[in-house]
Amino acid sequence: MSRTEPVLHLDPAVVRRARSLARKAAAPVVKIAQSHTTVSVERATLRLAGLSGADHERVPWVNHLVTAVREEVGLEHGVTTPVYDALLRGEAPDLTTLAQKAASGNVSFRLPAGREAQAARRAAAKGVGVGLRTIDRSRATRERLIRRHGDPKTRPWIYLIVATGDIYEDIPQAQAAAREGADVIAVIRSTGQSLLDYVPEGATREGFAGTYATQENFRLMRAALDDVSKELGRYVRLTNYASGLCMPEIAALAGMERLDMMLNDSMYGILFRDINPIRTFVDQRFSRQIHARAGIIINTGEDNYLTTADAVEAAHTVTVSQLLNERFATEAGLEDWQLGLGHAFEINPEITDSFRMELAHALLARQLFPDAPLKWMPPTKHMTGDVFRGYLLDGFFNLVGAMTGQGILLVGMMTEAVVTPFLSDRDLALQNVRYVMNAASGLTEDFHPPRDGFIQTRARQVLSEAVDLLDRIVHDSDSAGDPPLLAAIADGTFGLMKRPADRGKGLEGVVVRADDYDNPAITALDAGVPPKKGEKP
Amino acid sequence: MSSNIIRPYGDTTGDGMVQMSFTLPLPHDKRAEGAALQLARKMGLDPALLVHAKAMGPDFTFFVVYGSSTHLVNLDEVHVVEREYPLLSAKDANLAIRKQLRRKLVVVGACIGTDAHTVGIDAILNIKGFAGEKGLEYYREIRVVNLGAQVLVPDLVARARAEKADAVLVSQVVTQKDAHIHNTTQMSAAFREAYPAGHVPILIVGGPRFEEGSELALGVDRIFGRGTTPGEVASYLVHEMTQRKRR
Repeated sequence: MSRTEPVLHLDPAVVRRARSLARKAAAPVVKIAQSHTTVSVERATLRLAGLSGADHERVPWVNHLVTAVREEVGLEHGVTTPVYDALLRGEAPDLTTLAQKAASGNVSFRLPAGREAQAARRAAAKGVGVGLRTIDRSRATRERLIRRHGDPKTRPWIYLIVATGDIYEDIPQAQAAAREGADVIAVIRSTGQSLLDYVPEGATREGFAGTYATQENFRLMRAALDDVSKELGRYVRLTNYASGLCMPEIAALAGMERLDMMLNDSMYGILFRDINPIRTFVDQRFSRQIHARAGIIINTGEDNYLTTADAVEAAHTVTVSQLLNERFATEAGLEDWQLGLGHAFEINPEITDSFRMELAHALLARQLFPDAPLKWMPPTKHMTGDVFRGYLLDGFFNLVGAMTGQGILLVGMMTEAVVTPFLSDRDLALQNVRYVMNAASGLTEDFHPPRDGFIQTRARQVLSEAVDLLDRIVHDSDSAGDPPLLAAIADGTFGLMKRPADRGKGLEGVVVRADDYDNPAITALDAGVPPKKGEKP
Repeated sequence: MSSNIIRPYGDTTGDGMVQMSFTLPLPHDKRAEGAALQLARKMGLDPALLVHAKAMGPDFTFFVVYGSSTHLVNLDEVHVVEREYPLLSAKDANLAIRKQLRRKLVVVGACIGTDAHTVGIDAILNIKGFAGEKGLEYYREIRVVNLGAQVLVPDLVARARAEKADAVLVSQVVTQKDAHIHNTTQMSAAFREAYPAGHVPILIVGGPRFEEGSELALGVDRIFGRGTTPGEVASYLVHEMTQRKRR
C-alpha cells in the first residue's frame, strides 16, 4: 500500500517536527494515564478474569463488585488485590458468587499486607491471565481464518453499516451485505450507549438507531460472519465501537470475542460527548493496549471534526487529531497496520476547487501515514435529500478514495440524512464503488500532481497549519497547571467545545493510583504483545 | 381545464409524467416485471414504462418506472397546516438570537428526580446531536449548561438563577408511578415560586411518555416527545423568545 515515489514533496523536516510536537503534547497525558485508574479499567480487569453476567435489574456483576470494593477499601490499590484476597480467605468459591454476595453487602473486603498481599496478587495475575490468553487465542484464530479464507482481493476494504436495533435482524442484513461485497461490517450502537457507565448484557432486540454492544451480540455476529466468510471464501471483518464511558470493558469483550476493528478515538468522547478528559485518556490507553494485544485495527473519528466545523478551515484539525491519535496508539503498543486513521469528504460542493482540495487533503493523510490503513468516510453534511445529486457526490468521494489509495472505504449512501438505507440504496451504493474502483483505481499509478501546483501547495498549507496548532497546544497553559494538551482542550482549541479537565461525565469514576496499585492486566499489557509460538522475541 | 387543476410535468404541459423506483421481493424474471407494472398501474401510472429492472441477489429485484400519472391535483383542496413556528437553520437561529437579545441565550438542562437516563437531554444538548442535527452546544449564540442526571429541583432552580437562564430543559424518561409527571409539576412550581411573575425562564420538558397538549397541567411552556431534534428545540426557543419580547 505504501507508495514508493512521493506525490506531494512534503518537507521531511516539517513532518518530523509535526510528529515530535505530537509526542511532546501526548507525553504528560500518558503520564496521567499511568498514574490514574478508572472504574471501567477495573471492571475490564474483572471481565478478563472471567466475571460476566448481571443481576435481575441488569446491573452487571462487575459494576457491583467494583462499587463494593471501592466503598470499603477504595480503588487506588486496584480492584483485584482485595477481590482475590477475599477469594483466598474463602469468602466465596468464585468471582460471580463473590460479586453476588458483595451486591447484598455480605462480604467484607480488606487490603491484605505482606505475604497475603503477594498471594492475592499472584492469584489475580493467574485469573486475569485466562482472559488475556483468550484474547491471544482469538487473535490466532483470526490469523488462521484469514489464511484459510483469504483477505479481500483489492483495497480499499469496503465498509458497510448495519443498524436495526435487533441483533437477530442485524445478522441476516450483515450476511446479505457481505454477499453484496462488503469486506467489513460495522454494527452501529444504540443512541447514547457511549454515555452508559456499564455494558449491557445478553442478546438485545431493542435499540434506538443502532444495536447495543454486548458480549453476546458480539459473539452472535462474529459467528454469523464466520459462516458467511466460509461461504464467500473471504474473511469478513466485524467492527464495533469502543469510544465512550466503557472503552476498556468493550475493548476487552471485543478482544475475547474476536472483533476485528474498533472505533477508538483518543478525544472523541471528550469533545463530542462531554466525557471527562482524564477519564477518557486513562480508559483510552487501557483499551488501546488491549486492541494492540488482540490484533484489532482501530478506527479514529476525525470525520466528526468536519461535520461540526468547516471542512476547509478545519482541515488541519484533522491532521492534528491524526497525529495525536497515532502517537497515543503507538505509545499503547499498536502497530502502523492497526491504525485506521480517519478523514472525510466533507467540503461544501458549492465551493470552487472543492474536489481538488479533497484530493489534496486525502493525499496529505496518505503520505503522512504511509503504512496505516486510512479510513475514508463519505459526505454527510452536504447530503441534502436530493438523492441524485448525493449519488454523484458519493461517486466523487469514491474517486478520491481510488486515486489516493485509501485502506478502508465507508460506503456512502445517497439516502444519507433521509431514511435508513433501503436494500436498493445499498446495492446502488456498492455499484457506485465498484464502478469507480474498477475504472479508476489504477490512477494511483498515473496521478502525480505537478510540483508546487494547487494540490501540493494546499497539502503543505494544511500541514503547516497543523504544525502551528500543535505548537500552540504544547505551549498552552491554564491556571490549574494542567498539561498543555488538557489546557488546550479546556480552552476550546479543538472545535467549538471547551472541556475543562475537572468537568465532564464519568469524572467520579477516576481514581489516583496509590504506590501499591496493582493491576495484573496492565502489568502484562505494559510488557507488550507476547511473541507467537516458535517466534523469537 | 381550470388553472387550479394541475398534473406533473415531464417535458410537455399536462403530460403527467413521473419517475419512481422501488424493490419487490421477487427473483428477477418476466413475472417480476409484470408485477412491477401492475404496481405502477395501481399507483395511477398509465401508461407505465418499465425502463430498468435489475436483480439484487437471488430474492429481490430493483425497478425504475416512468409513466403518466392519471391523478389530477386540485389546488383548491390543498390545505397546509402551518407550524406555529418556522424551523430555522442553526445559522438563522443564531442570527435571530443575536439580533434580539444582543447576548447569548442561556439554556440550562438536566434530568431531575432519580432519572439517570440522559440520552434525551444529551441528544438535544451535546454537540454530537441527534438524527444528523448538531446539538444546542453547536449554536454559537446559545450557551449550554448541562447539569446531567439526578439533579435535585432546588439545585436546578438555584443554578438556573445563577446562570441567568433564559430557558430550562428537563428530560424525563422514567415513568414508573408517574414519576415524570410528579417531577415535572414539582419543578414548574419551584420555578414559579422562585421567580417574580412573568420572569420565569422558558420551561421545556422532554420525554417519550408525556401527553401532547398537557403543558398547562404540568405548568411548562412546551413538551417535546420522542424523535425531537435539536433544530426543533432551537427553533422553538427563538420563537418563544420573540413572543415574550413582544409582550
